[in-house]
Amino acid sequence: MGLLSLFAKPAPTLVRLPSGSFAVDRDGRVLTGTLPSSFPASLVNDIAREVRAAFSEAAAAQLPLAEFVINYPSLKISARELRGGAIIYLSPKAPSSPMRQS
Amino acid sequence: MDRRPKILLTDDDPDLLEVFRETLGQLPSQPEIHTATSGARALAMLEAEEFQLLICDLKMPKMDGLQVLAIVRRKYPPLRTVALTAEVDEQFRSRAYALGVDLFWHKPATEQETKMFLECIESLLGRETEGGFRGVQSKSLMDIIQLECISQSSSVLRITNGSLSGKIWIQDGDLVDAEAADLRGESAFQKILSWKAGNFEMLPAEPSRPRTIDKSYNALLLESAQAMDESRGVVTAEGVPQSLASPLAQLSKFEGVEFVLARKAGQEGYQVARGLENPERMAAWAQQNLVRFRRLGEQLGAGPLEQLEAFGPQRHVTLACREETEFCVGWQPTLAPDQVRELMKKLLALWAS
Repeated sequence: MGLLSLFAKPAPTLVRLPSGSFAVDRDGRVLTGTLPSSFPASLVNDIAREVRAAFSEAAAAQLPLAEFVINYPSLKISARELRGGAIIYLSPKAPSSPMRQS
Repeated sequence: MDRRPKILLTDDDPDLLEVFRETLGQLPSQPEIHTATSGARALAMLEAEEFQLLICDLKMPKMDGLQVLAIVRRKYPPLRTVALTAEVDEQFRSRAYALGVDLFWHKPATEQETKMFLECIESLLGRETEGGFRGVQSKSLMDIIQLECISQSSSVLRITNGSLSGKIWIQDGDLVDAEAADLRGESAFQKILSWKAGNFEMLPAEPSRPRTIDKSYNALLLESAQAMDESRGVVTAEGVPQSLASPLAQLSKFEGVEFVLARKAGQEGYQVARGLENPERMAAWAQQNLVRFRRLGEQLGAGPLEQLEAFGPQRHVTLACREETEFCVGWQPTLAPDQVRELMKKLLALWAS
């Protein structure tokens, strides 16, 4: 049997970076979204909070902004300002293409 | 003095921890093995005592392995890290390497896989006792190649630098072949050596790989070192690296650029500013956002922040990090986002050159 059966572990689930969008109002409430339900609400709220803070701090620094694009190796977050709130898009990036094998 | 390396194993399954404890106990270096059943516990243990290696399961409740590894990479750069998973999803593999782990390994299911896993772990521990270096992120790739050649090893090094990727084949301590994009042989080897940052992964040897490199590794490394010395800048009398000061003046004259701020990562304040009369406010804003979105990247397990673009009616701003230098670049608001992106690429390429 070896180690095979011992390594089969059903839960918990590792969070996949999702593709989709959601809107958040000026009070930080998530209004509507197309993110999969498997993506934790706490992470959605974290993203919304940081994006809203970035917009409001930019305004306070006299640098009014309409849009942010945040690039990570595995994920792109785009956010557009929306009457004090924001609409936020998440797009996972495809893994870098594997090396050609010759 | 006790020279036994210390390994911290993290998995939420206590049975698996016991299996791994026993398995790793067979290693020739006879490591001292500690276990943690959660990411939070592992971080507390790392805070309390020094370990040489963290082996971390990815699937864990509350704080998953990617989140743990993101924090560990930032707080304990010398610590070697291994991500272990039963997931076969390529997204997790690429995310783990983006975080800078030394090794990503699917949980061994056969005796042969277990044997290979143990060999890799022993190899990682061995490097620690021989003086220590971890991937090309903090040390020279030359060191890694030299060690592989001196120890007469046979392996394949896979090096990734952002979207670029290359491989170097070593057989019995000889450089046999290299491949990077469309390049092969010596030119590919020199290309890979010119990358100043990235991750590397050691793959099993491929003895049948055809030889395209005939020079000795010493000769090739010497040539690469000379090329790197020639491209390295000198330091000005004011203590500002010339490579940081004078090219910045060129960058600020770049098409569409309103201002440029730059600083070496980890240092206080922006060392060099062009085009702003009062750079402190912009520098503070840039710093706030770099910290904010790096932290968010860690929470999401999405990897280190690469670039942040902000578009507004008065000006656009791009924040980026390249080779330990943080940039904050202001752009004219008449530029379209795609133009800003293209110009930023050119600007960073000019900086790199």
